[in-house]
Amino acid sequence: MNSNGATSSVSSGPNEASRRNSKRPKYSKFTQQELPACKPLLTPGWVITAFTLIGVVFVPIGVASLLGSRDVVEIVYRYESECIPQSFSDKKLEFIQSSETNKTCTRTLTVPKHMKAPVFVYYQLDNFYQNHRRYVKNRSDKQLRDKKSERTTALCTPEATLNGSPIVPCGLIAWSLFNDTYQFSRNDNGRLLSVNKTNISWKSDRDNKFGKDVYPKNFQSGRLIGGAKLDPNKSLSEQEDLIVWMRTAALPTFRKLYGRIEADLLANEKITVKIENNYNTYSFGGKKKLVLSTTGWLGGKNDFLGIAYLLVGGLCFFMALLFMIVYLAKPRPLGDPSYLSWNRNPSGL
Amino acid sequence: MRRCIYINDSDLTLDLYCDNRISNRKYTLLNFLPKNLWEQFSRFMNKYFLLIACLQLWPLITPVNPASTWGPLIFIFAVSATKEAWDDYNRYLSDKQANEKEVWVVKQGTRTRVQAQNIRVGNIVWLRENDEVPCDLVLIGTSDPQGVCFVETAALDGETDLKTRVIPSACAGITSELLHRIKGVIECPYPDKDIRRFDANIRLFPPFIENDLCPLTINNTLLQSCYLRNTEWACGVAVYTGNETKLGMSRGIPEPKLTAVDAMIDKLTGAIFLFQLVVVIVLGIAGNVWKDTEARKKWYVQYPNESPWYEFVVIPLRFELLCSIMIPISIKVSLDLVKSLYAKFIDWDEEMYDPDSGTHAHATNTGISEDLGQVEYILTDKTGTLTENKMIFRRCCINGVYYGNETGDALKDVELLRAVGCNCPEVIKFLTIMAVCNTVVPLKSKNGEVCYKAQSQDEEALVLAAGRLHMVLVDKTGNMLQVKFNALTLQYEILDTLEFTSDRKRMSVVVKDCQSGKIILLLKGADEAILPCACSGQQIRTFVEAVEQYSQLGLRTLCLAWRELTQDEYHEWSLLFKEASGTLVDREWKIAEVCQRLERDLEILGITAIEDRLQDGVPETIDILRRAGINFWMLTGDKQNTAIQIALSCNFISPEPKGQLLLIHGKTEEEVSRSLERVLLTMRITTSEPKDVAFVVDGWALEMTLKHHREAFTQLALLSRTAICCRVTPSQKAQLVELLKRCDYRTLAIGDGGNDVRMIQMADIGVGISGREGQQAARAADYSIGKFRFLKRLILVHGRYSYNRTAFLSQYSFYKSLLVCFIQIFFSFISGVSGTSLFNSVSLMAYNVFYTSIPVLMNVLDKDLHEKTVMQHAQILYYCQAGRLLNPSTFAGWFGRSLFHALVVFIVTIHVYSDERSEMEELSMVALSGCIWLQAFVVTLETNSFTLLQHLAIWGNLVAFYIINFLVSTIPWAGMYTVMFRICGQPAYWVTMMLLVIVGMAPVLALKYFRYTYRSSTINILQQAERLRAPYLPLGNMESQSRTTEKEVIPMSITLPKSRNSVYEPLLSDSPSAIRRASGVSASFDVFNASPSRLSSTYSRNYKSN
Repeated sequence: MNSNGATSSVSSGPNEASRRNSKRPKYSKFTQQELPACKPLLTPGWVITAFTLIGVVFVPIGVASLLGSRDVVEIVYRYESECIPQSFSDKKLEFIQSSETNKTCTRTLTVPKHMKAPVFVYYQLDNFYQNHRRYVKNRSDKQLRDKKSERTTALCTPEATLNGSPIVPCGLIAWSLFNDTYQFSRNDNGRLLSVNKTNISWKSDRDNKFGKDVYPKNFQSGRLIGGAKLDPNKSLSEQEDLIVWMRTAALPTFRKLYGRIEADLLANEKITVKIENNYNTYSFGGKKKLVLSTTGWLGGKNDFLGIAYLLVGGLCFFMALLFMIVYLAKPRPLGDPSYLSWNRNPSGL
Repeated sequence: MRRCIYINDSDLTLDLYCDNRISNRKYTLLNFLPKNLWEQFSRFMNKYFLLIACLQLWPLITPVNPASTWGPLIFIFAVSATKEAWDDYNRYLSDKQANEKEVWVVKQGTRTRVQAQNIRVGNIVWLRENDEVPCDLVLIGTSDPQGVCFVETAALDGETDLKTRVIPSACAGITSELLHRIKGVIECPYPDKDIRRFDANIRLFPPFIENDLCPLTINNTLLQSCYLRNTEWACGVAVYTGNETKLGMSRGIPEPKLTAVDAMIDKLTGAIFLFQLVVVIVLGIAGNVWKDTEARKKWYVQYPNESPWYEFVVIPLRFELLCSIMIPISIKVSLDLVKSLYAKFIDWDEEMYDPDSGTHAHATNTGISEDLGQVEYILTDKTGTLTENKMIFRRCCINGVYYGNETGDALKDVELLRAVGCNCPEVIKFLTIMAVCNTVVPLKSKNGEVCYKAQSQDEEALVLAAGRLHMVLVDKTGNMLQVKFNALTLQYEILDTLEFTSDRKRMSVVVKDCQSGKIILLLKGADEAILPCACSGQQIRTFVEAVEQYSQLGLRTLCLAWRELTQDEYHEWSLLFKEASGTLVDREWKIAEVCQRLERDLEILGITAIEDRLQDGVPETIDILRRAGINFWMLTGDKQNTAIQIALSCNFISPEPKGQLLLIHGKTEEEVSRSLERVLLTMRITTSEPKDVAFVVDGWALEMTLKHHREAFTQLALLSRTAICCRVTPSQKAQLVELLKRCDYRTLAIGDGGNDVRMIQMADIGVGISGREGQQAARAADYSIGKFRFLKRLILVHGRYSYNRTAFLSQYSFYKSLLVCFIQIFFSFISGVSGTSLFNSVSLMAYNVFYTSIPVLMNVLDKDLHEKTVMQHAQILYYCQAGRLLNPSTFAGWFGRSLFHALVVFIVTIHVYSDERSEMEELSMVALSGCIWLQAFVVTLETNSFTLLQHLAIWGNLVAFYIINFLVSTIPWAGMYTVMFRICGQPAYWVTMMLLVIVGMAPVLALKYFRYTYRSSTINILQQAERLRAPYLPLGNMESQSRTTEKEVIPMSITLPKSRNSVYEPLLSDSPSAIRRASGVSASFDVFNASPSRLSSTYSRNYKSN
């Protein structure tokens, strides 16, 4: 135990000391591992306070999120089977693939609550794997951005080239572009509700990822027709539906912005929607939904955060209480040497 | 089996042997890349990473950019290759310097200056004072008329004293002119690395002396890298050159030692690898099934109908790549980094600085610090390790009369001085042996004082003591030796020196008294080596008693003896001796046999007793380390009684009635085996009693047991916490280490001398004391320290911290890579089991090598307990020894934690970022930042003490994560352009992060708190004690306090301890020191011959199991 006797005894004459000091390890708090350190301890007080504090913070946030989510008004209308005429109910695939059938269907939706402008119009696809490995990488960002690199289509097979000349935009994602369309009108006066389809994509995508001088070429002119066709006279940066679609979704159920209705919808108002049901989800049993939604401070209608916050906050309160009770009922002195195993049991641990 | 070297004859030997070009290089410019890569890829981990990196080159299967693996891989390889290249370049430079150094070599009868690399075998090389010897030479001439020269062999064996080298007798008297033209042949063995042996012959051709064979020993050589000192010039014949020199042959990279922690990490890596394979197979099959059933329906994926033959392996391989990060590529680098820092901490440690010798601790092996914390057996040398190795002549017994018993110093004993004064013949003889029978070299300094250069501390002590008693060794020139006794000058001619070997345990010289012309054999050695050779009439009982008495006092004894020889007898023997000295095979053994013939019928003169004091702090150190559950074995060359006395005085064993010694002894094999059985039986019956039982075995019995009863001895070794092995040879020491190692115990060997080198190299950890016996042990060791007492700090502080830190670091490394990997796996369930990576390549790479490595590297500063607390409660080391902090079950905890955290991150993320927000880049960044937040808090929660640096690393890293990602988000062509700005602008993101952290950490915190308070481990209790009470009491107080309270505590602690008044009371029920102090240090000690009564050991050895 007298190990620091060794360090303190070097004072035998200045000369000798300095000579020896040159060989000595340089002293610093770092090299001696003696940097000042704070050593927190999990004391009951600390832990109970922490849990209570979490509860105090979480419950209000949970309430706020839940209220925010409840304020959002949402109309979801699932139409993929309803828009199939009775005669085709057994052969949906045939219906959707045929070019002769009339795919327009008109339905009426009721606005449950007052919806303040802007009302966002989304289409929702279920069981659609935009995140599938074969699909998600099947694009050429270079080609989309730059007219000069229209030939970089290496990742785009099988939708890369048509008779040797490149397809712009190439790849499966672009090829499978969603092509249902919606038209809204107010029921009471029959006036059209215009859907604003500008600025529905990310600004950064329009400015940087999709070229202003890149025009569709050879698109959807092959043997297999996938989804929507593009106007060959509009540059890619103006094709906002494509830009939105090309932002692949990470989940098999996703919504994509279709447009905005920039008018308030009144409660109980009836809205007629004319759906052009073109997109094939029938071969894999995917659902299609039309969604009209306002937005709150946390985004769309999503109770998850609110519920989770309330739950976690509640549980933390509960834990704090539990710890408190245990602490009061069975106080245990911290750092009591009598708990040391070699004190309790003389034969080792 | 031998080479013939023709001296100075370039025609005959020119091309047979290599030139003197030294090359220590591992690589050449051409083979560097392939060889270095090959070496690096011989490690399993590297092979694995290479395989992964190669697979990633196949674009069909790679989920991420190959750069994410190639980048770190190339970086890691480049770092270690650069290090190797730099080392090799430095070796090349030093080789070049040595090779191009100019030396004088005789060419065609004239001295010419050539570069050292051009020396050929057979050349005659001339050296001046302070020259370095360029290759192994056989000395043929020196400036000294007697043919003696001095060399410093520090570079070879680390010993700093000067050694004497002489020319072979055949070359005596040749003038320096003639040396240019000398011809002859040297017959010597093939090059080997034994620097203590050179069994060769020289035969000079006429006209130089008669055609006579003259034996050569190591004393006739100048070995490479030695320095010529105190001699004007010397010349010799090159016998071994280049890489074939003794030094060149003994060079070589020692086998790397693998620590227990490393072995455990390897095992866990293997387990993770298996887990990964299972995941890959399961997901691969699921992926193929999904593809065939579901994906073909998805027209937008356009699965082709006919697929290539390898189609079925594509998805499994994708998953293999996706899961490859399970084994973190950064773990090796991080571990190497922190390990070298541990070593630096040892080097830097002020408290392990020895002001007496000016040496600080040094970690030669930077890779095994964790093992220090897991030591279970310490095998220690005695002399120079436990003791100071400062020999002082204290007592003697001459002809049955004890001197020095009253004063404790024979030199001050009036009786002895009077006996010297009146020329009592026995005393004179005794003093003569002390002064003459040695290999000490007297050096006359300018002012006429004589100082001595000795290889053996004992000899120096004897010569000095003889000098004080007026028998002064004045001069030793060649074979002539001058001793001054009072005013008289006595001359002796040394005829032969029969050297000391550890087998013979004695040394003797044959001298001719120049005054009377008598030939006398002077002998000194261990009593058991000499007393049996006493002449038949002599009473040796008094000597046996004297030896007994001295060794009871812990003194080292030597027995001195004398015999007059007749001329005929000597000449007859001399021929035999010459023959034996000339043999090339088994020379040592043959010489020993010949010497035996002379060393008989001795007249025993007396016993000398030399004191070797214990080093400071040895008893405390042993006491603390024993409390830490470390078993001590003492292996010494000393005799039993001395060893036991030293053992007693340094707390090694407890005196009666607390301790008990069991003796294994016997003269014959049966006796030994019976004795062993008895001891074993006793040990077995009595393992439950609170007693310190130690067994004692001597070299002879040990040899018997190791040869015939290895099994039984192993069992005994496992039962006994303490053992004393005396009279053991270096190879037996190594054998014992090996025996314990084979039982899977972590062994630490500590020693200071050349005889400990083998044991040090054999043990898991070798610690050398840079002491007075030279640096040999320190050089061979993994750690060198200045004093034995530093061992406790080395083990309890450095070893323990290193273990704790590595345990955390390695498990954490797996945790964080598993975390990301699990998220990827979960994501694959919602991406059609197709092997899509959620995270982009840059993030993955940065996550593994950057975001998660830096905070945890700062963990090298973490200290769970204060050093002083550890020293007080050394038992805490049990945790490290038993591997409590890193084992499959703790690892399972981390595994579970990463699974839980992955679930939390994944579920929260996909629920919050669902529907219109489920954009891939955004979602992946949210999940990644969730991981980063969680890992920051995990590190925080697992850190025991926060220094500023740690805070900086943890929170700075979090900030750095955002800064880096913001930067990347400004790059227009990057995939995540603007993504980070978008998500950070939404309140939902921050609300999600907070939720993630709390959901992830609150259960962990609650669990930790519960365990900490209600199921506290010993570490926790001590932490609480240390942090709640006063920081810690100053050292002095603590010591005294413990002393005062000790006595009251002893009886109490066996029942339930009630005292809660002070944290710092000695908490030990069975502290050996407590009892020792209580019963008094001077308690007498009886050696029991294994009476199977009521003995035993408190320490059940099964703490490993819980």
